[in-house]
Amino acid sequence: MERFLAGDRRALARIISRVEAEGDDGRDYLRTLFPHSGKSHIIGLTGGAGSGKSTLTAALTAEYRRRGKTVGIVAVDPSSPFTHGAILGDRIRMQEHALDPGVYVRSMAGRGALGGLAPTIDSVVAVMDAFGFDYVLIETVGAGQDEVEIAGTALTTVLVNIPGTGDDIQAMKAGILEIADVLVVNKADHPGADILVSQLRALLSLAPHGQRRPPIVKTTATKGEGLEQLAEAIEEHRDYLEQSGEMGKVRQAEARHQVLGIARQMLLERIRHSMPEPELEALVARVAARELDPLSAAEALTGAGRL
Amino acid sequence: MTAPTTTKIRVLIAKPGLDGHDRGAKVVARALRDGGCEVIYTGIRQTPEMIAEAALQEDVDVVGLSILSGAHLELFPRVIEEMKKRGLDDVLLFCGGIIPEDDTKALEALGFKAIFRPGTNTQDIVKFVYANAHAHPQN
Repeated sequence: MERFLAGDRRALARIISRVEAEGDDGRDYLRTLFPHSGKSHIIGLTGGAGSGKSTLTAALTAEYRRRGKTVGIVAVDPSSPFTHGAILGDRIRMQEHALDPGVYVRSMAGRGALGGLAPTIDSVVAVMDAFGFDYVLIETVGAGQDEVEIAGTALTTVLVNIPGTGDDIQAMKAGILEIADVLVVNKADHPGADILVSQLRALLSLAPHGQRRPPIVKTTATKGEGLEQLAEAIEEHRDYLEQSGEMGKVRQAEARHQVLGIARQMLLERIRHSMPEPELEALVARVAARELDPLSAAEALTGAGRL
Repeated sequence: MTAPTTTKIRVLIAKPGLDGHDRGAKVVARALRDGGCEVIYTGIRQTPEMIAEAALQEDVDVVGLSILSGAHLELFPRVIEEMKKRGLDDVLLFCGGIIPEDDTKALEALGFKAIFRPGTNTQDIVKFVYANAHAHPQN
């Protein structure tokens, strides 16, 4: 713990593992570290698979390093729903920062969590924040239309779009576009980038009056183009949060999200442990055989938990 | 209340040096994934420093090195040296690729617990990892 606060990266790596394992020692670390967090600017990068999130994360990191800032990165990749194993390949795109003492990259497996994140993401981000990075970047699992969880963790959410993936009705649907604080059109050297920008701009103009309109930034992450503008757009959003008084509201909402999330997990565990496994299996078997409906079974399970 | 821990074995699969043939490394990474491990794969052309730094940042339990260029006796000691420099002395090490039998002793002396050559059944690698890796204890 002393080593962590003194800036020892091995201690950071170990503590993240313990927190991710969700054991008692991990919880104790989190309790001790939490008061040191709340200083980093937390940025979430989300977007479809293959939209260039990893490359953009690396390029944005390079921009922050040029500005003399330190960066912690949490890159989430999916776990297998069958074996629970995972291939974590986001570091491949981040090689230029491999030996930079001002950058720390941690790969996380989704471990079955919904929303393109990992179950312990908030805790791991708090650990990185407490370590003292100026920026913590979270790269989500490739997200589609409805993976909006990142907005509950990040202060600034960046949605990465690429040309050629659907008409403007796709973007008009409810969901992921609504959580974007900054919109990126990546792969801007590809045909259709300008059309996508004007489609997004047209959509944003339909937003209700008085609502903040997220800026649209064109980037070509592989060539390092547009990153200065992206970093500026993120700073503008941060200034907006602070000056409008939204920051307090965002932090309040995130704390609520986090507390309820952990409480939900704790209650679920308590319920699961309230009924012995064979009994639970027998209950589930009755539902599978259509002898009992799932609502009544869940009531029996939670009733047995006597909450 | 004691919370159950959900520790997974974390493995770094890395290719030091200049050879670009990573099919073997990918096959092993995939087999370990299917075996339930969390596998960090960093791609080709890694320097010893990059491998050791990735092992540290990712807090892995196991490092597997793949090499086909013949430079293993040059590069592997430097990987180990960089890992030791960073205090990573409790990580399970294995390697694979085109590695002559004659080099076995030298690699064992460096700390490699297994060498997997062409023709190895990937299940043997998974079994080896589960038998020897201990998701490491806290400091």
